[in-house]
Amino acid sequence: MSTQNLIYLFVGISFALYIGIAIWTRAGSTKEFYVAGGGVHPIVNGMATAADWMSAASFISMAGLIAFMGYDGSVYLMGWTGGYVVLALLLAPYLRKFGQFTVPDFIGTRYYSKVARTVAVICLIFISFTYIAGQMRGVGIVFSRFLDVDVNMGVIIGMCIVFVYAVLGGMKGITYTQVAQYCVLIFAYMVPAFFISMLVTGNPIPQLGLGSTVNDGSGMYVLQKLDESLQMMGFGPYTDGSKSMIDVFCITAALMIGTAGLPHVIVRFFTVPKASDARRSAGWALIFIALLYTTAPAVAAFARLNFNSTVNEQSYAEAPGWFKNWEKNNLIAWTDKNGDGVMQVAKGDAFKGAPEFAEGTGPNGERLVSNEVLTDNANEVYVDKDIMVLANPEIANLPGWVIALVAAGGLAAALSTAAGLLLVISTAVSHDLLKSTFKPSISEKGELLAARVAATCAIVVAGILGIYPPGWVAQVVAFAFGLAAASLFPAIFMGIFSKTMNKEGAIAGMVTGLVFTFVYIAYFKLVNPDANVAENWLLGISPEGIGVIGMVLNFIVALVVMKMTAPAPAEIGRLVESIRVPRGAGEARAH
Amino acid sequence: MSDETPDTSASAGAYWKKNIRLLITLMAIWFIVSFGFGILLRDFLDQFMLGGFPLGFWFAQQGSIYVFILLVFYYAWKVKKIEREYDLDD
Repeated sequence: MSTQNLIYLFVGISFALYIGIAIWTRAGSTKEFYVAGGGVHPIVNGMATAADWMSAASFISMAGLIAFMGYDGSVYLMGWTGGYVVLALLLAPYLRKFGQFTVPDFIGTRYYSKVARTVAVICLIFISFTYIAGQMRGVGIVFSRFLDVDVNMGVIIGMCIVFVYAVLGGMKGITYTQVAQYCVLIFAYMVPAFFISMLVTGNPIPQLGLGSTVNDGSGMYVLQKLDESLQMMGFGPYTDGSKSMIDVFCITAALMIGTAGLPHVIVRFFTVPKASDARRSAGWALIFIALLYTTAPAVAAFARLNFNSTVNEQSYAEAPGWFKNWEKNNLIAWTDKNGDGVMQVAKGDAFKGAPEFAEGTGPNGERLVSNEVLTDNANEVYVDKDIMVLANPEIANLPGWVIALVAAGGLAAALSTAAGLLLVISTAVSHDLLKSTFKPSISEKGELLAARVAATCAIVVAGILGIYPPGWVAQVVAFAFGLAAASLFPAIFMGIFSKTMNKEGAIAGMVTGLVFTFVYIAYFKLVNPDANVAENWLLGISPEGIGVIGMVLNFIVALVVMKMTAPAPAEIGRLVESIRVPRGAGEARAH
Repeated sequence: MSDETPDTSASAGAYWKKNIRLLITLMAIWFIVSFGFGILLRDFLDQFMLGGFPLGFWFAQQGSIYVFILLVFYYAWKVKKIEREYDLDD
């Protein structure tokens, strides 16, 4: 069977599986729709959390980013795993003990204020929509790369699939679908990684292969060889970064704290039976995530090493097959600056922007690009970072079914994250806005219907954002983490660890953190992108890391305002005391 | 929402103190392996090798993640023990 047919087969089977699970686990009550009934086993929830968490970006792009960032890529590895320690130790068990459905539920009740709840809803919707627009685009891109359909058509197919299992199944459907999606995506990630590691080092375990010697008889370690080859080509060494220490520190911290404050992650821990289950479940989630996150840096290093040795100083005529395959898909381009027919890889961009291919081919058979060629550097090769994962199976000469598997895995990663985000958005609308704020008299049936309508609307909006991506989508991923760290995290943290924090303090803190972080990121990313260089940054901290400063401001403002306003009522002190002890969590309940 | 609030007596207070002390210890380790070994002390640690890894680089891309997993499971086990001691477990 041809590779293309295998891809159709694998993707078709996986979609049938997701929809089958969704029909089988349909939600019948709001409790099932919001928190899957509150009876999910901690290991199952851990697996669902891992799929929810790992997006198309983690699956397809992260290893490529690390391959080109070297040590600096550590910010993603530590940032997106360390957050689970914060979550498991400081937030999840207490929020589970509190026992309602949503993050705004907690903030609204703990700070005895509809204003606080509404501010939390605004933060949540902003964070989640920022995140989901990128996911829908990711779905479209995976479709177009593997299934030969238009990106927009891909987005629409993705919307339909998510519609079926998110709207029908709610949290219950999503949970069990995500378990299936995790299995698909981790298998699809690990299989090529094993083979690449075997190929490069002779050790099949990528985590160990990264610390082993290269399989070429030179006796050099992988990282040593990589440093040497990059330096010969004029790059800095792989194991050294180019970001300043304070920036690496702040980005890592913003990603960690932001992870712990992301509503679609927190809400997963409302689905387990007890507070102690929430702690264990976070541990399982971290194991499942770490499997991919400790493999990614190995894949990154192997792919970069392989890229250097098979592409640099290679004549185009003898370029490897995957190079020409992905050139056809617009992800690779070569422009022969010095006219020697040999591809030179060096520091700098080969030409301005992403390649725009012109008609016809050059003297060596390469596709011509119409971009303005940059002559201030010797680099002739443009490579999309996603190649590092997408081309892996071909680099390792793996059979067609592995390529099909990677396609199904990329789709699983994108769909599972999109569904989780859609759910928190619809819950925020039907539960936090409608039921708790505007129309408390609504019946259980009415609320469930509202949740489904809200989920449908959210899918349509997300799909439109995916089809017509505003130019800033790729630019604002930092928003989601920075805003979560600066707005929601401090309010939740103080709600648990301080009995005296009052509504005035919490609201002032959230608004300060949100506005400060938003303005800083918006200025450098949207208003004045040319000014986005280290000299102009506050304390040398990039927009990616500024959420940490927003968080510190949030804490300071909250404490100062608290001192100047009326103390929190006595019953709030008792509420906090009851959250702190695990006994009596019972099930997540309607109220 | 507190129809089944447990007694907020001295034992809950003592439990909370112990929990806080445990949290401070574990969060300190969390900080040291990632921000400490992986970022602030990286240049110093990179002079030592762990197999083919410079040590600071290893902590930043591998080691800190393994320690994170251990921290979460250790906390889940240890705090459960403390809860049982004060008869507050769920």
